[in-house]
Amino acid sequence: MASSVQAEPPRHSLVVRVAHWLTTLLFLALLISGVEIVISHPRFYWGETGNVNVTPLFSIPIPASRAAVPTGYAYVLKDQNGWSRYLHFQAGWFLVFTGLLYGLASLFNGHFRNHLLPVRKDLAWRALSRSLREHLGFQPSATSSYNLLQRLAYLGVVFLIFPLMIWTGLAMSPSFTSAFPATVTMLGGQQSARTFHFFCTVILVIFVLVHVLMVYLSGFRSRVRAMTLGPKTIETENV
Amino acid sequence: MNHSRRKLLNAGLGTVAGLSGLAIASKLADRYGLLPPDSRGVYGPGETLTYASQRLLTRHSMAREFSRDQISIKPFVNGLAFTSDDYKLHEREAFANWKLSIDGLVARPATFSMAELKSFPSRSQITHLACEEGWSYIAEWAGVPLGFVLDRVGILPQAKYIIYASLQKGWEDSIDMSDALHPQTMLTYSMNGADLPTGHGGPLRMRVPRQLGYKSVKYIHRITVTDRPEKAWPGGSYAWFAGI
Repeated sequence: MASSVQAEPPRHSLVVRVAHWLTTLLFLALLISGVEIVISHPRFYWGETGNVNVTPLFSIPIPASRAAVPTGYAYVLKDQNGWSRYLHFQAGWFLVFTGLLYGLASLFNGHFRNHLLPVRKDLAWRALSRSLREHLGFQPSATSSYNLLQRLAYLGVVFLIFPLMIWTGLAMSPSFTSAFPATVTMLGGQQSARTFHFFCTVILVIFVLVHVLMVYLSGFRSRVRAMTLGPKTIETENV
Repeated sequence: MNHSRRKLLNAGLGTVAGLSGLAIASKLADRYGLLPPDSRGVYGPGETLTYASQRLLTRHSMAREFSRDQISIKPFVNGLAFTSDDYKLHEREAFANWKLSIDGLVARPATFSMAELKSFPSRSQITHLACEEGWSYIAEWAGVPLGFVLDRVGILPQAKYIIYASLQKGWEDSIDMSDALHPQTMLTYSMNGADLPTGHGGPLRMRVPRQLGYKSVKYIHRITVTDRPEKAWPGGSYAWFAGI
Protein backbone atom coordinates (compact mmCIF):
# COMPACT_ATOMS: atom_id res chain seq x y z
CA MET A 1 0.00 0.00 0.00
CA ALA A 2 1.57 3.19 -1.13
CA SER A 3 -0.59 5.27 1.18
CA SER A 4 0.67 3.39 4.24
CA VAL A 5 4.03 5.15 4.21
CA GLN A 6 2.58 8.60 3.63
CA ALA A 7 3.75 10.66 6.60
CA GLU A 8 1.41 12.80 8.67
CA PRO A 9 2.74 15.71 10.70
CA PRO A 10 4.19 14.27 13.90
CA ARG A 11 1.94 14.22 16.97
CA HIS A 12 4.91 15.40 19.06
CA SER A 13 7.74 17.66 17.92
CA LEU A 14 11.32 16.38 18.09
CA VAL A 15 12.09 18.62 21.10
CA VAL A 16 9.09 17.25 23.00
CA ARG A 17 10.07 13.66 22.19
CA VAL A 18 13.72 14.08 23.21
CA ALA A 19 12.80 16.05 26.36
CA HIS A 20 10.14 13.47 27.28
CA TRP A 21 12.53 10.51 27.34
CA LEU A 22 15.40 12.43 28.93
CA THR A 23 12.96 13.51 31.65
CA THR A 24 11.76 9.92 32.06
CA LEU A 25 15.31 8.66 32.54
CA LEU A 26 16.38 11.50 34.85
CA PHE A 27 13.17 11.35 36.91
CA LEU A 28 13.79 7.64 37.45
CA ALA A 29 17.38 8.36 38.56
CA LEU A 30 16.14 11.08 40.93
CA LEU A 31 13.39 8.84 42.32
CA ILE A 32 15.65 5.83 42.98
CA SER A 33 18.44 7.93 44.53
CA GLY A 34 15.86 9.98 46.46
CA VAL A 35 14.31 6.84 47.94
CA GLU A 36 17.78 5.60 48.90
CA ILE A 37 18.49 8.89 50.69
CA VAL A 38 15.13 8.80 52.51
CA ILE A 39 15.89 5.25 53.71
CA SER A 40 18.73 6.65 55.83
CA HIS A 41 16.14 8.63 57.83
CA PRO A 42 12.54 7.70 56.93
CA ARG A 43 11.06 10.25 59.34
CA PHE A 44 9.64 13.66 58.46
CA TYR A 45 9.34 16.77 60.59
CA TRP A 46 8.00 20.31 60.51
CA GLY A 47 9.94 23.50 61.19
CA GLU A 48 13.70 24.04 61.29
CA THR A 49 14.94 20.94 63.10
CA GLY A 50 14.13 17.26 63.53
CA ASN A 51 15.98 14.17 64.70
CA VAL A 52 15.26 10.90 66.53
CA ASN A 53 14.85 12.83 69.82
CA VAL A 54 11.94 14.76 68.30
CA THR A 55 8.43 13.43 67.59
CA PRO A 56 8.10 13.21 63.81
CA LEU A 57 5.21 14.64 61.81
CA PHE A 58 5.01 11.16 60.25
CA SER A 59 7.38 8.36 59.43
CA ILE A 60 7.44 5.74 56.70
CA PRO A 61 7.20 2.20 58.10
CA ILE A 62 10.31 0.81 56.39
CA PRO A 63 13.69 -0.36 57.69
CA ALA A 64 16.45 2.28 57.70
CA SER A 65 20.07 2.28 56.56
CA ARG A 66 21.19 3.76 59.89
CA ALA A 67 21.20 1.91 63.22
CA ALA A 68 20.33 5.08 65.17
CA VAL A 69 16.86 5.38 63.60
CA PRO A 70 14.17 3.50 65.56
CA THR A 71 12.14 1.68 62.89
CA GLY A 72 10.84 -1.42 64.68
CA TYR A 73 12.85 -3.64 62.32
CA ALA A 74 15.61 -5.81 63.73
CA TYR A 75 17.99 -5.17 60.84
CA VAL A 76 19.76 -2.21 59.22
CA LEU A 77 20.05 -1.76 55.46
CA LYS A 78 23.31 -0.95 53.69
CA ASP A 79 24.37 2.71 53.42
CA GLN A 80 23.79 3.80 49.81
CA ASN A 81 23.94 7.57 50.34
CA GLY A 82 27.37 8.15 48.74
CA TRP A 83 26.43 7.30 45.14
CA SER A 84 22.77 8.22 45.74
CA ARG A 85 23.62 11.80 46.60
CA TYR A 86 26.10 12.06 43.70
CA LEU A 87 23.50 10.69 41.26
CA HIS A 88 20.66 12.79 42.72
CA PHE A 89 22.43 16.10 42.08
CA GLN A 90 23.88 15.13 38.70
CA ALA A 91 20.45 13.97 37.47
CA GLY A 92 18.97 17.14 38.97
CA TRP A 93 21.36 19.32 36.93
CA PHE A 94 20.73 17.38 33.71
CA LEU A 95 16.98 17.66 34.28
CA VAL A 96 17.31 21.43 34.73
CA PHE A 97 19.07 21.62 31.33
CA THR A 98 16.42 19.38 29.76
CA GLY A 99 13.74 21.64 31.25
CA LEU A 100 15.47 24.74 29.85
CA LEU A 101 15.69 23.18 26.38
CA TYR A 102 12.02 22.16 26.51
CA GLY A 103 10.86 25.44 28.05
CA LEU A 104 12.70 27.76 25.66
CA ALA A 105 11.74 25.73 22.59
CA SER A 106 8.12 25.58 23.72
CA LEU A 107 7.99 29.35 24.20
CA PHE A 108 9.18 29.95 20.65
CA ASN A 109 7.46 27.14 18.73
CA GLY A 110 4.06 27.76 20.32
CA HIS A 111 3.88 24.41 22.17
CA PHE A 112 2.77 26.04 25.43
CA ARG A 113 0.34 28.39 23.69
CA ASN A 114 -1.18 25.85 21.31
CA HIS A 115 -1.04 22.56 23.19
CA LEU A 116 -0.95 23.27 26.92
CA LEU A 117 -2.79 26.54 27.64
CA PRO A 118 -6.47 25.61 28.12
CA VAL A 119 -8.77 26.57 25.28
CA ARG A 120 -11.13 29.32 26.44
CA LYS A 121 -14.36 27.40 25.79
CA ASP A 122 -13.05 24.42 27.83
CA LEU A 123 -12.68 26.60 30.90
CA ALA A 124 -16.44 26.83 31.40
CA TRP A 125 -17.69 24.92 34.43
CA ARG A 126 -19.99 22.78 32.27
CA ALA A 127 -17.17 21.66 29.97
CA LEU A 128 -14.93 20.94 32.95
CA SER A 129 -17.50 18.82 34.76
CA ARG A 130 -18.32 16.91 31.55
CA SER A 131 -14.63 16.16 31.03
CA LEU A 132 -14.29 15.05 34.66
CA ARG A 133 -17.34 12.75 34.32
CA GLU A 134 -15.98 11.25 31.12
CA HIS A 135 -12.59 10.57 32.69
CA LEU A 136 -14.05 9.06 35.86
CA GLY A 137 -16.09 6.75 33.65
CA PHE A 138 -12.92 5.92 31.68
CA GLN A 139 -14.65 7.20 28.51
CA PRO A 140 -12.88 10.44 27.56
CA SER A 141 -13.98 11.68 24.14
CA ALA A 142 -11.19 11.24 21.62
CA THR A 143 -9.62 14.48 20.48
CA SER A 144 -6.60 15.13 18.31
CA SER A 145 -5.17 17.63 20.79
CA TYR A 146 -5.01 17.55 24.60
CA ASN A 147 -8.27 17.94 26.51
CA LEU A 148 -8.62 20.30 29.46
CA LEU A 149 -7.66 17.84 32.21
CA GLN A 150 -4.55 16.79 30.30
CA ARG A 151 -3.57 20.41 29.76
CA LEU A 152 -4.04 21.27 33.44
CA ALA A 153 -2.09 18.18 34.54
CA TYR A 154 0.85 18.91 32.23
CA LEU A 155 0.85 22.63 33.08
CA GLY A 156 0.78 21.79 36.79
CA VAL A 157 3.75 19.44 36.51
CA VAL A 158 5.81 21.75 34.28
CA PHE A 159 5.11 25.09 35.96
CA LEU A 160 4.22 24.18 39.54
CA ILE A 161 5.64 20.84 40.73
CA PHE A 162 9.02 20.93 38.95
CA PRO A 163 9.84 24.49 40.13
CA LEU A 164 8.66 23.55 43.65
CA MET A 165 10.91 20.48 43.52
CA ILE A 166 13.95 22.63 42.71
CA TRP A 167 13.02 25.26 45.29
CA THR A 168 12.38 22.79 48.16
CA GLY A 169 15.56 20.91 47.22
CA LEU A 170 17.73 24.02 47.32
CA ALA A 171 16.05 25.12 50.56
CA MET A 172 17.68 22.11 52.25
CA SER A 173 21.18 23.25 51.25
CA PRO A 174 23.01 25.04 54.10
CA SER A 175 25.27 26.73 51.55
CA PHE A 176 22.53 27.91 49.16
CA THR A 177 20.38 29.20 52.05
CA SER A 178 23.36 31.13 53.43
CA ALA A 179 23.12 33.32 50.32
CA PHE A 180 19.31 33.18 49.97
CA PRO A 181 17.85 32.63 53.46
CA ALA A 182 14.31 33.60 52.39
CA THR A 183 14.10 30.48 50.24
CA VAL A 184 13.98 28.34 53.38
CA THR A 185 12.26 30.65 55.89
CA MET A 186 9.33 31.10 53.47
CA LEU A 187 8.76 27.34 53.63
CA GLY A 188 8.78 27.29 57.44
CA GLY A 189 12.28 25.86 57.94
CA GLN A 190 14.75 23.32 56.62
CA GLN A 191 12.79 20.27 57.83
CA SER A 192 9.57 21.70 56.35
CA ALA A 193 11.42 22.07 53.03
CA ARG A 194 12.41 18.39 53.23
CA THR A 195 8.81 17.38 53.97
CA PHE A 196 7.51 19.54 51.06
CA HIS A 197 10.15 17.93 48.79
CA PHE A 198 8.77 14.51 49.76
CA PHE A 199 5.14 15.57 49.12
CA CYS A 200 6.11 16.87 45.67
CA THR A 201 7.69 13.47 44.95
CA VAL A 202 4.43 11.75 45.93
CA ILE A 203 2.48 14.03 43.58
CA LEU A 204 4.91 13.31 40.71
CA VAL A 205 4.73 9.55 41.29
CA ILE A 206 0.90 9.69 41.21
CA PHE A 207 1.12 11.77 38.02
CA VAL A 208 3.39 9.18 36.37
CA LEU A 209 1.12 6.29 37.37
CA VAL A 210 -2.01 8.02 36.01
CA HIS A 211 -0.08 9.12 32.90
CA VAL A 212 1.04 5.55 32.12
CA LEU A 213 -2.49 4.25 32.79
CA MET A 214 -3.93 6.80 30.34
CA VAL A 215 -1.35 5.88 27.70
CA TYR A 216 -2.28 2.22 28.18
CA LEU A 217 -6.00 2.93 27.87
CA SER A 218 -5.66 5.09 24.78
CA GLY A 219 -3.49 2.66 22.84
CA PHE A 220 -0.07 1.91 24.28
CA ARG A 221 1.72 1.07 21.03
CA SER A 222 0.54 4.01 18.96
CA ARG A 223 1.08 6.47 21.82
CA VAL A 224 4.61 5.23 22.57
CA ARG A 225 5.36 5.20 18.85
CA ALA A 226 4.20 8.81 18.57
CA MET A 227 6.47 9.79 21.48
CA THR A 228 9.51 7.93 20.07
CA LEU A 229 9.58 7.69 16.28
CA GLY A 230 7.32 10.69 15.87
CA PRO A 231 5.57 10.92 12.49
CA LYS A 232 2.90 8.27 12.42
CA THR A 233 2.00 6.66 9.14
CA ILE A 234 -1.51 5.76 8.07
CA GLU A 235 -0.57 2.13 8.52
CA THR A 236 0.41 2.57 12.15
CA GLU A 237 -2.78 4.53 12.69
CA ASN A 238 -4.73 1.43 11.69
CA VAL A 239 -2.82 -0.96 13.93
CA MET B 1 26.50 17.73 -1.11
CA ASN B 2 23.38 15.83 -0.22
CA HIS B 3 21.17 16.56 2.73
CA SER B 4 22.21 13.69 5.02
CA ARG B 5 25.93 14.32 4.46
CA ARG B 6 25.49 17.97 5.35
CA LYS B 7 23.58 16.93 8.47
CA LEU B 8 26.39 14.55 9.44
CA LEU B 9 29.02 17.23 8.87
CA ASN B 10 27.04 19.72 10.95
CA ALA B 11 26.67 17.18 13.76
CA GLY B 12 30.43 16.50 13.61
CA LEU B 13 31.29 20.21 13.73
CA GLY B 14 28.81 20.67 16.56
CA THR B 15 30.42 17.88 18.57
CA VAL B 16 33.93 19.27 18.05
CA ALA B 17 32.75 22.76 19.03
CA GLY B 18 30.97 21.35 22.07
CA LEU B 19 33.99 19.35 23.22
CA SER B 20 36.44 22.22 22.80
CA GLY B 21 33.94 24.46 24.59
CA LEU B 22 33.90 21.99 27.48
CA ALA B 23 37.71 21.83 27.52
CA ILE B 24 37.96 25.64 27.66
CA ALA B 25 35.27 25.81 30.35
CA SER B 26 37.13 23.24 32.44
CA LYS B 27 40.45 25.17 32.09
CA LEU B 28 38.72 28.40 33.15
CA ALA B 29 36.93 26.67 36.03
CA ASP B 30 40.24 25.29 37.30
CA ARG B 31 41.90 28.68 37.05
CA TYR B 32 39.20 30.40 39.14
CA GLY B 33 39.05 27.62 41.73
CA LEU B 34 35.73 26.22 40.56
CA LEU B 35 36.79 22.58 40.09
CA PRO B 36 36.18 20.30 43.10
CA PRO B 37 38.72 17.51 43.83
CA ASP B 38 36.12 14.95 42.67
CA SER B 39 35.53 16.68 39.31
CA ARG B 40 36.66 13.55 37.45
CA GLY B 41 34.67 10.37 37.14
CA VAL B 42 31.06 9.51 36.40
CA TYR B 43 29.59 12.12 38.74
CA GLY B 44 32.23 14.77 37.94
CA PRO B 45 29.98 16.93 35.73
CA GLY B 46 27.25 17.19 38.39
CA GLU B 47 29.72 17.87 41.19
CA THR B 48 31.54 20.52 39.15
CA LEU B 49 28.28 22.28 38.29
CA THR B 50 27.23 22.24 41.95
CA TYR B 51 30.56 23.40 43.37
CA ALA B 52 31.17 26.05 40.70
CA SER B 53 27.69 27.59 41.06
CA GLN B 54 27.89 27.48 44.85
CA ARG B 55 31.27 29.23 44.78
CA LEU B 56 30.01 31.88 42.35
CA LEU B 57 26.88 32.53 44.44
CA THR B 58 27.96 31.89 48.02
CA ARG B 59 31.68 32.60 48.41
CA HIS B 60 31.18 35.19 51.16
CA SER B 61 27.66 34.47 52.36
CA MET B 62 27.03 33.68 56.03
CA ALA B 63 25.28 30.54 57.27
CA ARG B 64 21.93 31.28 58.90
CA GLU B 65 22.12 32.04 62.61
CA PHE B 66 19.20 31.50 64.97
CA SER B 67 17.82 32.94 68.17
CA ARG B 68 18.44 31.37 71.56
CA ASP B 69 14.88 30.02 71.84
CA GLN B 70 15.41 27.97 68.65
CA ILE B 71 18.21 25.90 70.23
CA SER B 72 17.26 22.21 70.19
CA ILE B 73 16.43 20.88 73.67
CA LYS B 74 17.85 17.43 72.94
CA PRO B 75 20.61 17.60 70.30
CA PHE B 76 21.21 14.21 68.72
CA VAL B 77 24.52 12.45 69.39
CA ASN B 78 25.48 10.64 66.19
CA GLY B 79 27.67 7.54 66.20
CA LEU B 80 28.87 5.29 68.99
CA ALA B 81 31.00 6.57 71.87
CA PHE B 82 34.67 6.97 70.94
CA THR B 83 36.49 4.60 73.29
CA SER B 84 40.05 4.12 72.02
CA ASP B 85 42.68 3.87 74.78
CA ASP B 86 44.48 7.09 73.86
CA TYR B 87 41.20 9.02 73.78
CA LYS B 88 40.11 7.60 77.15
CA LEU B 89 43.43 8.69 78.62
CA HIS B 90 42.86 12.24 77.29
CA GLU B 91 39.36 12.16 78.78
CA ARG B 92 40.71 11.16 82.23
CA GLU B 93 43.18 14.07 82.03
CA ALA B 94 40.28 16.42 81.15
CA PHE B 95 42.02 16.97 77.79
CA ALA B 96 44.86 18.89 79.50
CA ASN B 97 47.34 17.27 77.10
CA TRP B 98 45.23 17.44 73.93
CA LYS B 99 47.26 19.06 71.15
CA LEU B 100 46.39 20.48 67.77
CA SER B 101 49.30 20.46 65.32
CA ILE B 102 49.34 22.47 62.09
CA ASP B 103 51.79 21.65 59.31
CA GLY B 104 52.10 21.65 55.53
CA LEU B 105 52.20 24.85 53.47
CA VAL B 106 52.65 27.19 56.44
CA ALA B 107 55.45 29.59 57.37
CA ARG B 108 55.58 28.54 61.06
CA PRO B 109 54.32 24.99 61.78
CA ALA B 110 52.97 24.93 65.32
CA THR B 111 51.26 22.90 68.02
CA PHE B 112 48.57 24.39 70.25
CA SER B 113 47.21 23.12 73.56
CA MET B 114 43.51 23.45 74.42
CA ALA B 115 44.43 26.22 76.90
CA GLU B 116 46.18 28.17 74.13
CA LEU B 117 43.26 27.72 71.73
CA LYS B 118 40.86 28.95 74.44
CA SER B 119 43.05 32.02 75.04
CA PHE B 120 42.59 33.18 71.43
CA PRO B 121 39.71 35.55 70.50
CA SER B 122 36.59 33.43 70.54
CA ARG B 123 33.41 33.48 68.54
CA SER B 124 29.98 32.18 69.43
CA GLN B 125 27.21 31.33 66.97
CA ILE B 126 23.82 29.58 66.99
CA THR B 127 23.73 27.46 63.84
CA HIS B 128 22.21 24.36 62.31
CA LEU B 129 23.95 21.05 62.24
CA ALA B 130 22.24 19.26 59.34
CA CYS B 131 23.20 15.70 58.47
CA GLU B 132 23.14 14.42 54.89
CA GLU B 133 20.78 11.68 56.17
CA GLY B 134 18.07 14.27 56.77
CA TRP B 135 18.05 15.02 60.50
CA SER B 136 19.21 18.25 62.11
CA TYR B 137 19.46 20.27 65.31
CA ILE B 138 20.37 23.78 66.34
CA ALA B 139 22.99 24.54 69.01
CA GLU B 140 25.13 27.40 70.22
CA TRP B 141 28.75 26.74 69.39
CA ALA B 142 31.82 28.62 70.58
CA GLY B 143 35.44 28.35 69.54
CA VAL B 144 38.23 30.09 67.73
CA PRO B 145 37.75 30.91 64.05
CA LEU B 146 39.99 28.63 61.97
CA GLY B 147 41.10 31.69 59.99
CA PHE B 148 42.64 33.23 63.13
CA VAL B 149 44.72 30.13 63.83
CA LEU B 150 45.76 29.86 60.16
CA ASP B 151 46.89 33.52 60.32
CA ARG B 152 49.08 32.71 63.32
CA VAL B 153 50.95 29.98 61.41
CA GLY B 154 51.05 31.98 58.17
CA ILE B 155 49.62 30.06 55.22
CA LEU B 156 51.72 30.16 52.05
CA PRO B 157 50.26 31.67 48.86
CA GLN B 158 50.05 28.32 47.04
CA ALA B 159 47.73 26.87 49.73
CA LYS B 160 44.41 25.70 48.25
CA TYR B 161 42.93 23.33 50.82
CA ILE B 162 43.24 22.39 54.46
CA ILE B 163 43.02 18.77 55.57
CA TYR B 164 41.82 18.13 59.13
CA ALA B 165 42.22 14.80 60.86
CA SER B 166 40.39 13.22 63.76
CA LEU B 167 41.99 11.10 66.46
CA GLN B 168 39.35 8.58 65.38
CA LYS B 169 40.98 6.42 62.69
CA GLY B 170 39.75 6.95 59.16
CA TRP B 171 38.12 10.31 59.82
CA GLU B 172 39.79 12.97 57.78
CA ASP B 173 38.28 15.64 55.59
CA SER B 174 39.23 18.76 53.67
CA ILE B 175 37.77 22.14 52.69
CA ASP B 176 38.88 24.86 50.29
CA MET B 177 40.37 28.16 51.47
CA SER B 178 37.06 29.94 50.94
CA ASP B 179 35.53 27.80 53.69
CA ALA B 180 38.74 27.59 55.76
CA LEU B 181 39.01 31.40 56.04
CA HIS B 182 35.24 31.91 56.36
CA PRO B 183 34.45 33.71 59.66
CA GLN B 184 31.95 31.02 60.75
CA THR B 185 34.33 28.08 60.27
CA MET B 186 35.58 27.37 63.78
CA LEU B 187 37.68 25.07 65.87
CA THR B 188 34.83 24.48 68.31
CA TYR B 189 35.39 23.66 72.01
CA SER B 190 32.07 24.69 73.54
CA MET B 191 28.44 23.77 72.95
CA ASN B 192 25.39 25.41 74.56
CA GLY B 193 27.55 27.21 77.13
CA ALA B 194 29.48 24.15 78.38
CA ASP B 195 32.61 22.31 77.28
CA LEU B 196 31.94 20.41 74.05
CA PRO B 197 30.59 16.97 75.16
CA THR B 198 32.64 13.96 74.07
CA GLY B 199 29.70 12.57 72.06
CA HIS B 200 29.66 15.78 70.02
CA GLY B 201 33.40 15.68 69.34
CA GLY B 202 34.96 17.16 72.48
CA PRO B 203 37.42 18.56 73.17
CA LEU B 204 37.75 19.97 69.63
CA ARG B 205 35.47 19.76 66.62
CA MET B 206 35.74 21.44 63.23
CA ARG B 207 32.45 23.22 62.58
CA VAL B 208 31.75 24.18 58.95
CA PRO B 209 28.16 25.47 59.22
CA ARG B 210 27.77 26.15 55.47
CA GLN B 211 28.21 22.43 54.79
CA LEU B 212 26.44 19.29 55.96
CA GLY B 213 27.37 17.53 59.17
CA TYR B 214 29.92 15.09 57.78
CA LYS B 215 32.34 17.98 57.12
CA SER B 216 32.19 18.88 60.84
CA VAL B 217 34.73 16.25 61.92
CA LYS B 218 35.07 15.41 65.64
CA TYR B 219 38.22 15.02 67.82
CA ILE B 220 40.45 17.23 65.66
CA HIS B 221 44.15 16.89 66.44
CA ARG B 222 45.94 17.71 63.21
CA ILE B 223 45.60 20.20 60.36
CA THR B 224 47.62 20.10 57.15
CA VAL B 225 47.64 22.98 54.69
CA THR B 226 48.07 21.72 51.14
CA ASP B 227 47.62 22.52 47.47
CA ARG B 228 45.74 19.25 46.79
CA PRO B 229 43.44 17.36 49.13
CA GLU B 230 44.11 13.91 47.60
CA LYS B 231 41.42 11.61 48.90
CA ALA B 232 41.04 13.30 52.26
CA TRP B 233 37.31 12.92 52.67
CA PRO B 234 35.18 9.99 53.91
CA GLY B 235 36.31 7.06 51.80
CA GLY B 236 35.85 8.99 48.57
CA SER B 237 32.34 7.51 48.31
CA TYR B 238 30.67 10.71 49.51
CA ALA B 239 30.82 14.00 47.62
CA TRP B 240 33.71 16.22 48.68
CA PHE B 241 31.57 19.38 48.63
CA ALA B 242 28.72 19.01 51.10
CA GLY B 243 27.09 22.44 50.84
CA ILE B 244 23.96 20.76 49.56
